[in-house]
Amino acid sequence: MSEKCLNIVIVGVGGQGSLLTSKILAELAKAKQLEVKVSEVHGMAQRGGSVITHVRFGSEVFAPLVASGEADYLLAFEPLEAARSLSYLKPDGQLIVNNERISPMPVLSGTAIYPEEPYQSLLGSTQAVQALDAHKLAVEAGSFKAVNIVLLGVLSKHLDFTEQDWTNAITACVPPRTLEINIKAFKAGRDSK
Amino acid sequence: MQMNQPHSVSSELLLGDQAIARGAWEAGVRVVTAYPGTPSTEITEAAAKYPEINTQWAPNEKVAMEVAYGAALTGARALVCMKHVGMNVAADPMFTAAYTGINAGFVIAVADDPAMHSSQNEQDSRYYARAAHLPILEPSDSQECKDFTKYAFALSEELDTPVILRITTRIAHARSIVAEGPREDIALKPYEKNMAKYVMIPAMARKRHLEVEKREMSFAEAVNDSPLNTVELRDPAIGIITSGVAYQYVRDALPDASILKLGIVYPLPMQTIADFAKQVKRLIVIEELEGLIETDIKAAGIACEGKALTGIQGELTVETIKNAVLGTPLPLVSQTDLPGRPPTLCPGCPHRGIFYVLSKLKMRVMGDIGCYTLASLPPLSAMDACLCMGASIGMASGAERAQGKEFSKKTVAVIGDSTFIHSGVTGLIDAVYGKEAITVLILDNRITGMTGHQHHPATGFDIHGDPAPMLDIEALCRACGVEHIAVVDPLDLAETKRVILEETQRDAVSVIIARRACALIDKAKRPIYYTDGCKNCGACLKVGCQAIERRGDHIEINAALCTGCGMCSQVCPFGAIQKGGDAK
Repeated sequence: MSEKCLNIVIVGVGGQGSLLTSKILAELAKAKQLEVKVSEVHGMAQRGGSVITHVRFGSEVFAPLVASGEADYLLAFEPLEAARSLSYLKPDGQLIVNNERISPMPVLSGTAIYPEEPYQSLLGSTQAVQALDAHKLAVEAGSFKAVNIVLLGVLSKHLDFTEQDWTNAITACVPPRTLEINIKAFKAGRDSK
Repeated sequence: MQMNQPHSVSSELLLGDQAIARGAWEAGVRVVTAYPGTPSTEITEAAAKYPEINTQWAPNEKVAMEVAYGAALTGARALVCMKHVGMNVAADPMFTAAYTGINAGFVIAVADDPAMHSSQNEQDSRYYARAAHLPILEPSDSQECKDFTKYAFALSEELDTPVILRITTRIAHARSIVAEGPREDIALKPYEKNMAKYVMIPAMARKRHLEVEKREMSFAEAVNDSPLNTVELRDPAIGIITSGVAYQYVRDALPDASILKLGIVYPLPMQTIADFAKQVKRLIVIEELEGLIETDIKAAGIACEGKALTGIQGELTVETIKNAVLGTPLPLVSQTDLPGRPPTLCPGCPHRGIFYVLSKLKMRVMGDIGCYTLASLPPLSAMDACLCMGASIGMASGAERAQGKEFSKKTVAVIGDSTFIHSGVTGLIDAVYGKEAITVLILDNRITGMTGHQHHPATGFDIHGDPAPMLDIEALCRACGVEHIAVVDPLDLAETKRVILEETQRDAVSVIIARRACALIDKAKRPIYYTDGCKNCGACLKVGCQAIERRGDHIEINAALCTGCGMCSQVCPFGAIQKGGDAK
């Protein structure tokens, strides 16, 4: 895997807004004249199933998918999905995870149990984690749908772009009527500890 | 969608699908048509944004192929798009279009789905190119999607043949930067009657078949000089022949390897391959799905490795290529004991009512292609068979011919509105003609659902959302000779059950149209539901709604997910699910 490339894997449940998140990241990279590839999931997988989106940018990008153990960041909208995709994370990678649990159908219908701590025991000793109640921050910003942008705000603390770069990318991608809420949600994530 | 300024000349982040539409627009294409199918759908949706292109959904891929062919025949550059299994439907006109050739450029875009992200099989469309003797191009990113599309139109006119452009899910649904250019000024070609070329009766087709062979042999020579096939010489220890997204994986997995990247995967540039083989020590073909390239290379007497290393299943990855070529151990997979998260019918989905009733009645269900295949999973588990678009009705007729009329009293065919129009109606005609007693449930949710809400002839709107003549499904069924047609609201469980029991008992074909709009397009605000006095019996969990969850000693309804469809309150034996939460 090329060292010249930053790898971000975004995981969640269909409908949580991973497509918008990856689009903002791609716009951000494009504005900086970087090569960028985003691999999305459409169709069947969006009906409440696990959704995984790959974002890669840098001076040279080949594969549209991040290889196992090569993700610099894993952005998880849901703890069980964090666990499912943790193997993407580099040994020194950063996990950013929303604490809000969403039970999958096998749990809802009683054939499986939601694990007490889905990803905690799977984390490597050199992997960093920031877990937060992004749902709460999103609601405070004005909409529970802005969980994705809260998490993007958290991610922004780690990447080498200015706050203005981020604001520009968000503005380019979200509908104008939701811009204010999204900017608030972004700042809430960026200011979170 | 990044296509809001189609006239600008700049760079944009485009899906492979969108880049193909852009390429078509730049190539002066005037007609685009398709039946939706993941992962190809967004080509046509993107094409519809260009006012210079006449874009429309077709009822199925065969009609789409014929419409596009007709446009090319009479002088307009035309593009038809489909997923891999759609090519099966469109194959009949395609094979003979190879004989007639074209007038203006004619490109067939096909999107394969290795690993079956949203498909019922993982057939390899490259076989069609060989079988129909058509050139097939394979881009490896969005920029190439655009460039190869333009090249394909030029090639089509140069060789007087349809040209196939093949992509896979990871190309179709990957976004990367595309440099955009202006639209070429391509005039409409004059049309002239030419029976010897275009009327494929045996005497003329025999002559045209000779032309097909001549064209293919000549192109098989010319393809050695094609700019679409490129050699990248690095370390000669390993030489890789590859194409499409596999090329990108190889670049990451084997950065030092020499590569022959094929942009045209049929016919193969055998001289280029022979020369490349001489320059490397170990020759390996890395191709997703079937071993077509490998087989041809071996048939030419050139030693190489291929499918013995990578297999024919699913998608390749950087990891599997490293493992196959270098023996690098595969990384450990994540925890497998985690609860799965399969896709499910959406909260408020009208299909749920039908499948809940069918499950309770223990009916045999001949299923079809669409969102409703999700009802095959627990807790509904209400499907016996699912094969291809339109198959449910034929399967139900066949079951009756095998097992007798009594069998049909506990069996139904279930098919969506769009799928019924695609290829279910011919099965219905057959059932009436064959004097069967089957019951067909048409789940009319007023849209093509699974592929992301495309209009079809019975929605009353065209691809642009403009009003269009609306096909009357009841009248169509009557015209097929069906005498018993009932219409139900699938969220009225008692009535749905009554009608299904009544219609399945008849000794003639019945059609039940379960009509209610897809929950994702039905924007009506209605009060949501909540539990009060829940006895925790779990009856409501059997409807399989994501909004309903057991929390310790009682069941709760997730207010953020509930659409107010009310199905759960109908199945609660204690009246403990009440309407009246805050309307969303």
